[in-house]
Amino acid sequence: MISQFKFFSKKWIILFILFFFCTKKITSAQIPKEEAIIQKGKILFEENCTVCHAIHEEIVGPALKNVHQRQTLDWLKKFIRNSQQVIQSGDAYAVQLYEQYNKTQMTSFDFSNEEIMSLLAYIQESSKEKIPLSSIESTPTMESTKEKISTNVDDHLFIKKYFPYIIISLLGILLLILISLLVMITMLINRYQKKDNILPKKKRQPFKKAKKLLLHPTTHYTTLLILVGLIIKTTVEGLYAVGVQQHYAPQQPIAFSHQLHAGKLNIDCQYCHTGVLKSKNASIPSANICMNCHHQIKKDSPEIKKIHLAVEKNQPIEWIRVHNLPKLAYFNHAQHVKVGNIACEQCHGPVQEMEVIYQHQPLTMGWCIDCHRKTDVEAKGNAYYDQLIKIHQKEHPNKPLKVADIGGLACGKCHY
Amino acid sequence: MSQKIYWKGIEELQNSPEFIKNAAAFPDKTTKEKENHLFSRRDFLKMMGFSVAAASLASCETPVRKAIPYLNKPVDIDPGIPNHYASTYIQEGVYCGIVVKTREGRPIKIEGNTLCPLTQGGVNAQVEASVLSLYDEERLQYPQENQTENSWDIIDKKIIQKLESIQQNQGKIYIISHTIISPSTKATIEIFKKKYPNTTHVVYDTPAYDSLIQANTQYFGKAIIPTYRFDKAQTIVSFSADFLGTWLSPIAFTKQYSKMRKVSEQKKKMSKHYQLEANLSLTGANADHRIPIHPQEEGIILIHLYNILAKKSNQTILPTQSKIPSIEKLEKIAQSLWQNQKQSLVISSHHDPSIQILINAINHLLGNYGHTIDFDNPHYTKQGDTQKMQQFVQALQKKQVAAAIFFNANPVYNHPQGAIIAKYLPQVPLSMATNDRLDETATLVHYNTPDHHYLESWNDASPQKNLFSLVQPTITPIFNTRSAPESLLLWSKAPVENYYSFLQSEWKKNLFIQQKEHKDFITFWDQCLYQGIFVVKKKNAPKTALSPLPFALIDAQVKKIHHNHINASQALTLVLYEKIGLGNGTQANNPWLQEMPDPITKVCWDNYLTMSQTLAEQYTLQPKEGKAPVVQLHIGQQKIQIPVIIQPGQAFNTIGLAIGYGRKKGGKVANNVGINSFPLMPMVNGQWSHHITSIKLKPSGQYTTLAQTQTHETYMGKKNIVQETTLADYQKNPWAGSPSITIATNQGKEKPETITLWEGHMYPQHHWGLVIDMNACTGCSACTIACQAENNVPVVGKAEVANRREMHWIRIDRYYSSDATVNDLKGLEKAAENPDVTFQPMMCQHCNNAPCETVCPVLATTHSEEGLNQMTYNRCIGTRYCANNCPYKVRRFNWFKYHDNKKITANTSMNNSLGKMVLNPDVTVRARGVMEKCSLCTQRIQEGKLKAKMEKRKLADEDINTACATACPAEAIIFGDMNNPESKIYQTLHKENTARAYHVLEEIRTQPNVTYLRKIRNQD
Repeated sequence: MISQFKFFSKKWIILFILFFFCTKKITSAQIPKEEAIIQKGKILFEENCTVCHAIHEEIVGPALKNVHQRQTLDWLKKFIRNSQQVIQSGDAYAVQLYEQYNKTQMTSFDFSNEEIMSLLAYIQESSKEKIPLSSIESTPTMESTKEKISTNVDDHLFIKKYFPYIIISLLGILLLILISLLVMITMLINRYQKKDNILPKKKRQPFKKAKKLLLHPTTHYTTLLILVGLIIKTTVEGLYAVGVQQHYAPQQPIAFSHQLHAGKLNIDCQYCHTGVLKSKNASIPSANICMNCHHQIKKDSPEIKKIHLAVEKNQPIEWIRVHNLPKLAYFNHAQHVKVGNIACEQCHGPVQEMEVIYQHQPLTMGWCIDCHRKTDVEAKGNAYYDQLIKIHQKEHPNKPLKVADIGGLACGKCHY
Repeated sequence: MSQKIYWKGIEELQNSPEFIKNAAAFPDKTTKEKENHLFSRRDFLKMMGFSVAAASLASCETPVRKAIPYLNKPVDIDPGIPNHYASTYIQEGVYCGIVVKTREGRPIKIEGNTLCPLTQGGVNAQVEASVLSLYDEERLQYPQENQTENSWDIIDKKIIQKLESIQQNQGKIYIISHTIISPSTKATIEIFKKKYPNTTHVVYDTPAYDSLIQANTQYFGKAIIPTYRFDKAQTIVSFSADFLGTWLSPIAFTKQYSKMRKVSEQKKKMSKHYQLEANLSLTGANADHRIPIHPQEEGIILIHLYNILAKKSNQTILPTQSKIPSIEKLEKIAQSLWQNQKQSLVISSHHDPSIQILINAINHLLGNYGHTIDFDNPHYTKQGDTQKMQQFVQALQKKQVAAAIFFNANPVYNHPQGAIIAKYLPQVPLSMATNDRLDETATLVHYNTPDHHYLESWNDASPQKNLFSLVQPTITPIFNTRSAPESLLLWSKAPVENYYSFLQSEWKKNLFIQQKEHKDFITFWDQCLYQGIFVVKKKNAPKTALSPLPFALIDAQVKKIHHNHINASQALTLVLYEKIGLGNGTQANNPWLQEMPDPITKVCWDNYLTMSQTLAEQYTLQPKEGKAPVVQLHIGQQKIQIPVIIQPGQAFNTIGLAIGYGRKKGGKVANNVGINSFPLMPMVNGQWSHHITSIKLKPSGQYTTLAQTQTHETYMGKKNIVQETTLADYQKNPWAGSPSITIATNQGKEKPETITLWEGHMYPQHHWGLVIDMNACTGCSACTIACQAENNVPVVGKAEVANRREMHWIRIDRYYSSDATVNDLKGLEKAAENPDVTFQPMMCQHCNNAPCETVCPVLATTHSEEGLNQMTYNRCIGTRYCANNCPYKVRRFNWFKYHDNKKITANTSMNNSLGKMVLNPDVTVRARGVMEKCSLCTQRIQEGKLKAKMEKRKLADEDINTACATACPAEAIIFGDMNNPESKIYQTLHKENTARAYHVLEEIRTQPNVTYLRKIRNQD
């Protein structure tokens, strides 16, 4: 699988390079190649463009792979700054694009020359980088690879879910085999005894001892103790697990795939979960956010039709809540994501790989507290923490300031 | 200064076994519970134990929770982030500029609008509670014809048809309303009148204020109520006017008054306030000198006061036949007034215009007009006309009324002649009401065309000349209701789209042209909407010239006064008053207001007679086994059974009774609470009087329970709770009144702060605290309701309050001072006839050495790094050790599940799906069996801190404020970070009022984070 993948990417890179040399629109020399500029471009691209564009794939707008080779730099600049003006000027290529993409207007961006160059630098760089799955979808071999990958993920989940059952049943089978073996051996010995007229007394001796041992009170108490211990352990563990919904992955009314949106299409979490930087709720996206793209894309998919229907009927979509905190606990996304600068994945896990969203972490209080103990306060450049840092450094000069040090373990911070 | 002894109520003085029993933090099993025992609690627990454990294990399956996002998210609503809208509270002529906090599109909290020049960010209990009235299930949900549902179109068609035929037949149409201060609504009435010229608009108010208007008409020829300026008055003399509680414009007056009452080391001055009244009112409780007078005495006292002042100014004195009233202080009052000419204020709430004319004459002698009384900016909130209302009732009796439109008015209940209106109303050919519920009046009309709640509607208000205020909807109408002025517009077939566009056109026509700041109307409108108010700035407006009556006419009034009041003997008189909680009863179905203890009597869920100890002894009325005696009150033909409460400070031979109770069709909460006293009012000198003579009292021998909270949660035998001193002493020594507390040790007597068992806490960042200025606090209880709304505090109902299980997180303790000295033990046992009153808001003191924290077996109550005493509900197992160990008695236990509990019907905010909309989503609704208490609005602290952190800056003082401090119209509560030298609380404690600051029960060394500022009385 992997070798195939590599082979293809090499081939494609060669193709790219060939193509690259044939173009005349902008010489690659014009586009900067410094890492810093590419990084700047990357940030710009992710902040402004990913909603409608990807490098290798059409989303709302065209794929931008090697876009610098399609038109002159001036044209690109004009189009980025005000696409409508270019279209209205009657530029054939622009008009064609406009028609091709359902007359969707591209937002005007007031970028400086430098910014546009850095964007192009990033696009050029990432056009070279690798060949993503989507661009080779047509190749049958790759298709099957993709399927395999997804079934592998399924397998993984399947194994994770049923692992204890499998082990238990295997153990059960083993036990059955052992018992039947024991029965068979006893029977064989008996028969052998009868045949050879060997005195049974001699052989019963060990059994008698065992019987004596079995009937001894110490044995009884030990067994009882172990049994009670096991029951208590199971009960306590069971009770601790009450309400813990780790790996909870309910079926949602619409089969929305985070793997596709967050993973493959690389849409920023914030694009849909708009509240995450300002509110306690990250908020489930409203249907109009889905419709931003889906009034164009995959309109006929049965799942997307459900959204259209909901909008038509004016009936909100009732998603199943996956991450449930008890009502007595207060949690604020903005505090963690904006102030604490915690990545979404830290709590929500590899969302970009989840076909069906599931709860990655236990979300128990122990888990919260544990993180509060380990995590450094994101105090740099935040004047709110100045005083706390000063006092902390005086008292513990070499220890970093942890969340727990500034009241992160106080009950009243989350329970009120 | 000799130390005063304080007591809380008659019960404490008598120290009856019931009182001692009740004084404990928790009651024993109530009698009812004892009787109901079929088998013992232990058996029950044994039986239940296993099954409960089994059941709870079986039900461990976590329920599926849904997340339902918007279909189309409104741009300005983000789930989890509150939005604030400036609006205006107008109900029956009560005005308040407000800011409404909404969450996910539903209003959850009301706060004052600081941009409003009149109310300046203050609110009162009624304004705070009005958000719950919005979610009242019992509001009318659709238009009705003969009390069956019908569509707006059909009803409108029928009404218009009938109105037109009435017009053709020259029938008389009446619109009956309370004062309308909305210029646009008034314009709709004018349009209606144009279409139906036979229309008369009748305005009445309860209680009425037209004695003021009439007096000003007769005296100055101006039919207006002026604006009073308590912030300019050095001496205030009020005759029964409860201007801090209910009279005219209490929120604005409290703001102004408290400015003059606050003292600091930089400003050792305060106003002097005399109150002469029969019932002990909230204002009387705050006065420096309160003089109980019989209402019949008021006229003669005024005549004498006038004469003393007239002598000083060399004017003719008024002739009087009656003897000089036996009031020693009258000379002193006159002296103080005379010294503060142009800076004094004499007011009266009397309903007789003659008395008001005399008041005007006195103010005129003192030169107060143009200084403390402002005729240039008349006050519009009371425009009732009793005479016009009388004419309507007469026309009704003579069957001359062809159509009656009750415009949010319920005269069947709140008019003294309600019974007559109820009798003749069904005979009126066409009647409709825009009332919000099927109340006493609305059940008798043909068409019910319910108005929106004010939080759902567009409107405007002009409470004062040149001050305009907008009402904007903060939620889409919950029910199929319609704005009442829009109904009028529709019925007059006016060519307007809706009331909103009409309102805009009115503002464009009348107000947009009066300003130059904005060039186009839309920006002007948006600006007004954002700020909530618009003030017309007029430069060099001409001062109103006031030419008073010739002396002879004042003289004529004196004759009238003699005739109407003085000649009558000072017989037993019933004096009606308004309570600060329930007011005139419009919001009677609001359980928050019903359960708010009256600041004076501390009784909730009832009205009752208040009388002095001496009078009670005359009638042998004494409480028995903690129950109040019931009397039979005979007024003319009417007989009323009503409980009696002994009220220190009540003038002899007077009895007080509150209006606003006794609703019959107000809703489940309101109905049959107390008795309706509106029908008792007699007509005197053309006005409905609040003084009822010729009454007879007869003890009935029965006793009843009143839900009185003052005797609960008391800390007897402890000194150093209330501290006070006089202004003169304070000026000499700012530490005056501070008792020196020492504790006996084996080393001799030591100061409490030198002895401690505690290690103390470190507060590296914030140290939250409250400062409560007992000089500013008027006891109005707005904080109690604000806290209830903010923190989801449940209502428990009358029976549970009587069981001492009320849940308020902040209570207003009221103390009476004893007349006797410390050593006069016999004297201390007697209730003072006229005690000094002190109010002390009491909430969790957030002790640094908290006794509750050490006794909790499960660490459910702990101390935070910021000085808060935290209460973790999910840890609490309900041992109640903490409450027992709390010296301040501020912890509240959830004896029942107050939410989703059909038995606690009064708790509407938690027991029906509509009521639940008012709950604050950031605060947990507590379960049964857990302790709760003031959290110092920790949710607000967290929110404010987060805001600062997100903006990467230091926390500013104004980022956080508690609900109680925000609501306080007197600015008596200051919240802040005591570690921040720039904060107001730091300034108060370290610069302005260091000497006055003290802790309650300092000697037990709990080191509270709540500090009180010693009360200063401006007494001689």
